[in-house]
Amino acid sequence: MSEQPRVIRFADVEQTFGRDDGAAITALDGITFDIGRNEFLAVLGPSGCGKSTLLRLIAGLIFPTRGTVSIYDLAVTEPRDEIGIVFQSPTLLPWFDVLGNVTFPLRHKYGRVSAEDNARARGLLALVGLADFARKRIDELSGGMQQRVAIARALLLDPDILLMDEPFSALDALTRDEMSFELLRIWSERPKTVLFITHSIPEAVLLADRIIVMTPRPGRVREVIKVDLPRPRSIATLSDPTYLALANHIRGQLFTRAVA
Amino acid sequence: MAIRSSRASTKVARIMLAPALRIWADRLAPTGALIALIVVWEGACRLFAIPSFLLPSPSAIVQAGLEVSAAQWLGHAGATLRVALMGYAAAIAVSIPLAVALVNSRFLSRTLYPILVIVQSTPIVAVAPIIVVTLGASDLPRVVITFLIAFFPIIVSTVTGLKATPEELIELSRSLRAERAREMLHIRLPFAVPYIFSALKISITLSIIGAVVAEFVAAERGLGFFIMFSTSFFKIPQAFAGLAILAALSLALFRLCTLVQRWFVPWSLPKSER
Repeated sequence: MSEQPRVIRFADVEQTFGRDDGAAITALDGITFDIGRNEFLAVLGPSGCGKSTLLRLIAGLIFPTRGTVSIYDLAVTEPRDEIGIVFQSPTLLPWFDVLGNVTFPLRHKYGRVSAEDNARARGLLALVGLADFARKRIDELSGGMQQRVAIARALLLDPDILLMDEPFSALDALTRDEMSFELLRIWSERPKTVLFITHSIPEAVLLADRIIVMTPRPGRVREVIKVDLPRPRSIATLSDPTYLALANHIRGQLFTRAVA
Repeated sequence: MAIRSSRASTKVARIMLAPALRIWADRLAPTGALIALIVVWEGACRLFAIPSFLLPSPSAIVQAGLEVSAAQWLGHAGATLRVALMGYAAAIAVSIPLAVALVNSRFLSRTLYPILVIVQSTPIVAVAPIIVVTLGASDLPRVVITFLIAFFPIIVSTVTGLKATPEELIELSRSLRAERAREMLHIRLPFAVPYIFSALKISITLSIIGAVVAEFVAAERGLGFFIMFSTSFFKIPQAFAGLAILAALSLALFRLCTLVQRWFVPWSLPKSER
């Protein structure tokens, strides 16, 4: 999708963190890549390769030690409105019902929620398949449903960019597959530029237009893989020879790395 | 066929009955244990002819309690309750904002917190006579003593709760560029509510202790004063009656805390306790 105008750009980004004992840890080193408009980019790598650091750099929650991260060719200097985030855990607020959680960003940012906002939030709940759950309490929802609420919440301010930090990794395997297809459906209805962080190879191949495979400590870009699978993708995709070949290729890469 | 089904149904009934019995046994267990204790106590006092100034029997305590008029009981209980609740209210009003300040300011948590720990480590019972001398003869020294005994758990728990907020929610708040005050109001404080309530339950009983300690030192009313007064005249059963009322008061306030939590912030309770 590099023919699309680019939305996010990493230019030679290095990120070091000071440890309490004074030593510096290099989390990311020489990271350079672009993400195009409405592209679905998956970042794949083992734990400790700085995947989540990438996400926090785009979100403007931290800033690079060296190099620049830019959105629409403007360096990121603070959190921006074009971004919605879905975290590993749903991080919902138990004192609000489902609807209150979806509208929370507005309440939190502006201190009020209008009737139109509530109507829009109900629309988003319908989009994520929870139309009848607006007035339910959070603890009445399953893990998968809670993560759907978190996705609806991330879409509330209609962001151009959706950052997802291993959003399905806490779910059971069946729910996880179901949520992958749900995410593809939601993404096709509301196209966004997506950065999807995962350590699941099948998930990355099924979802993404491109996959960035990272190396651990320091996190570097090992390989950028274009996923040439037709859309819309479905369960049939999982038995597509291209899908299997790509998954095997990545597995081989990560495995040789682990042995070395 | 009919016989078999009727036999089956009695079996079903027996199986159904057993859990019902067990549920009732479970419900009545606390009351039963209390009654058993009182019966054993009464029996031991009579059997071994324990003198009432050593350990009065429950019946003697009830009798002594009835000899004091209801108006007198109300006056003493009311005085203790008033001091306890004023001290408790002051502890809440000071501790929660202070906890917020401690979490927000590294300087304050580095300077004020150690002082609070020192205050907490000083036996307030030993300080109480000094406070009474300094602050004079009014409710004020009693409220201050109650406050000093009750405030610390609220600060510690609130600080813990405010810091226990998931980091990702704080990141969500920052990514929205919300005001810092809203991060505290919308995220951290609500997250601390379960912690705050466990401290409120501890502190309400501490407040009663504080009020009684203060009344031991200087008072002319209140259940603490009543117990001191009774023992000085060797009216031990009467002192025990005062003690029983004090315990009932403390229990009732503790229960009230739980109910307030259930009414106003049910989400902060585990599912089984709602």
